[in-house]
Amino acid sequence: MHTIRVIPCLDVDNGRVVKGINFVDLKDAGDPVEVASAYDMAGADEVVFLDITASSDERKTAVKLASDVAEKLFIPYTVGGGIRSVEDFRNILREGADKVAVNSAAILRPSLISEASEKFGSQCVVVAIDAKRCAEGYKAPDENMVPDNDTARVTDPSGKWTIYLKGGRVDTGIDAVEWAKRAEALGAGEILLTSMDRDGTKAGFDIELTRAIADSVNIPVIASGGAGKCEHFAEAVTEGHADAVLAASLFHYKELEISEVKRYMQEQGIEVRL
Amino acid sequence: MIAIIDYDAGNIRSVEKALASLGAEYKLTRESAEIADADKVILPGVGAFGDAMSKLNEYNLIDVIHKVIKKGTPFLGICLGLQVMFEDSEESPEVKGLGLLPGHVVRFDPSYGLKIPQIGWNSLVDVKKCRLLKNIYSGSYVYFVHSYYVKASDRNDVVANALYGNMADVAIEHDNLFGCQFHPEKSSSIGIKILNNFVNL
Repeated sequence: MHTIRVIPCLDVDNGRVVKGINFVDLKDAGDPVEVASAYDMAGADEVVFLDITASSDERKTAVKLASDVAEKLFIPYTVGGGIRSVEDFRNILREGADKVAVNSAAILRPSLISEASEKFGSQCVVVAIDAKRCAEGYKAPDENMVPDNDTARVTDPSGKWTIYLKGGRVDTGIDAVEWAKRAEALGAGEILLTSMDRDGTKAGFDIELTRAIADSVNIPVIASGGAGKCEHFAEAVTEGHADAVLAASLFHYKELEISEVKRYMQEQGIEVRL
Repeated sequence: MIAIIDYDAGNIRSVEKALASLGAEYKLTRESAEIADADKVILPGVGAFGDAMSKLNEYNLIDVIHKVIKKGTPFLGICLGLQVMFEDSEESPEVKGLGLLPGHVVRFDPSYGLKIPQIGWNSLVDVKKCRLLKNIYSGSYVYFVHSYYVKASDRNDVVANALYGNMADVAIEHDNLFGCQFHPEKSSSIGIKILNNFVNL
């Protein structure tokens, strides 16, 4: 049987694994290659590496990371962070990465998605989305925040989410569900969906957000942000309709083992690789 | 020395690294003489059937592939590398495959409602006793990325299947011909074991 994937995410800064609460307060905690191999042994189905500094500081992602990882990791892996061009895709895929995740650059220039998927195949194009629920009294940003992206903006903010640029710092006003559909139409092979409201809270994935997006597209959606216990992972699949579930600090600080999560999911009737 | 045929097939790096981790000697090459002299040959592949065949033609690799197979060199096709070992594919109907084994490559039936391509882990079923899958059992998970799958005409050539709507032939063994639809180099310890079986033939 085809399985639901459990994916640890490693946020990498200057070649070291870190994970902050709500994208700040970074803690140093390990060599990415060693940590990733340990995750492979522990039953991870894939690993995602996000160079969180790259996107903030407008630096290109470390191709070296992709290359170092290839030496030791024999499960699929994705590299993201600061990806700006088809050339960035090429450089990372050439080193052995299976997929490249793109976020801000695709929002600023959506044609990057189609260019990359035409060149390398949609299976290796992951569009990462940082989405935040429109709070009461939500104030939309300037219409011209991202002039080259004509995806529908949120007009009535109730029950909507907008997408953010630059590691969750800048609201675009673009409707998250509309953007996911657009990304699919442009050739994205997968959506890595992070709830900014839940990230780091351990209060559970944003099920409504996950379901809204998973039900709107025909490509796999990876739920991210908010996992705190085994039940959360199962809910993201059964109620959120996610195809894969992702967590970082929870696995990183061994608050939960991947095998524990998978066993629980299996008990709930979800097909996993054990 | 294992020759990995270099025909711009994408993601060859992972195959190289996996062989390196097993301590195997390998060389990425498109030189006919080197391929002809190799102890074993791997044909990797990611992309479209028609493109792969035209690259093999462009680099004059077809003759040497037939030559090494005739002289008994163990030959492993991975993913698209497996598919081109058969006669033809629905992906590129106007193009002939290598025709090393009888059978065709067909598209997953979308009416099952599954996402195509299949991307992810799936379990092997009906694993037969064979050299490539020595000590690998039904129920083992391996990693797939594909929209088309092999239907071998001679059922004796099939050593494992996997169910994704359709029941696909995902591992092949016939004398010195071997193939897997999944990516052993991305299939964790199970995949490394399969590559090791090939390396140690």
